[in-house]
Amino acid sequence: MIRVTADPFDPGAEANAFQASHVEAGAMVTFTGIVRSRPDDPITALILECYPALAENELAAIRNTAMVRFGLIDAGIIHRHGRLVPGETIMMVMTLAPHRQAAFDGAAFLMDYLKTGAPFWKQEETAAGLRWVEAKQEDDAARDRWQ
Amino acid sequence: MKVLYFAWLRERLNRASDEVSPPPDVRTLADLVAWLRSQDDALDHAMANPAIFKLSRDARIVPWDTPLAGAREVAILPPMTGG
Repeated sequence: MIRVTADPFDPGAEANAFQASHVEAGAMVTFTGIVRSRPDDPITALILECYPALAENELAAIRNTAMVRFGLIDAGIIHRHGRLVPGETIMMVMTLAPHRQAAFDGAAFLMDYLKTGAPFWKQEETAAGLRWVEAKQEDDAARDRWQ
Repeated sequence: MKVLYFAWLRERLNRASDEVSPPPDVRTLADLVAWLRSQDDALDHAMANPAIFKLSRDARIVPWDTPLAGAREVAILPPMTGG
């Protein structure tokens, strides 16, 4: 399941529905990314720009790779775009597998690949104005550890 | 064909897309980028470090040496910061 949306979603409800969809799974891992505002450098909002058609294609490709590589029973990715305020859920990854290691690894793989390979761009809204979030070298390194 | 620009690249250019008709010697996506840069100083400066950009052809990320023939939509993608 891939969903690219401007609408808020309820990660708990999504996780429950996903878990209930496959009785053969013995392990589920979920990761939720949240808008954060650091006390020493606060933001008022995070604005996510997106190329939706490409995002859906690339997320589907990353998901398919993870399904095969880790023997997942199912994998889901939900990613929002638009303006989000601190505390809101940005995105969610879910994996279902027979056992825990595949579920953990599959979720970590999906996160590491989508950070650098899915067309979303974050812009922080602060009291001083807007600023683009710079890509981080450690995100490239996290992706490359799977090669 | 349409060329799309995103994020800070879109801001630097003050537009999200161009409708272009490249000449016949523009055969690959890399050729297209070189041709676009030769037409536009702002794009040329914004892409001074071209290695950081990815390119997509009809909504799939592809290598720079991918043929352009038949493409309807090419996007120039600055480093992505999702998740």
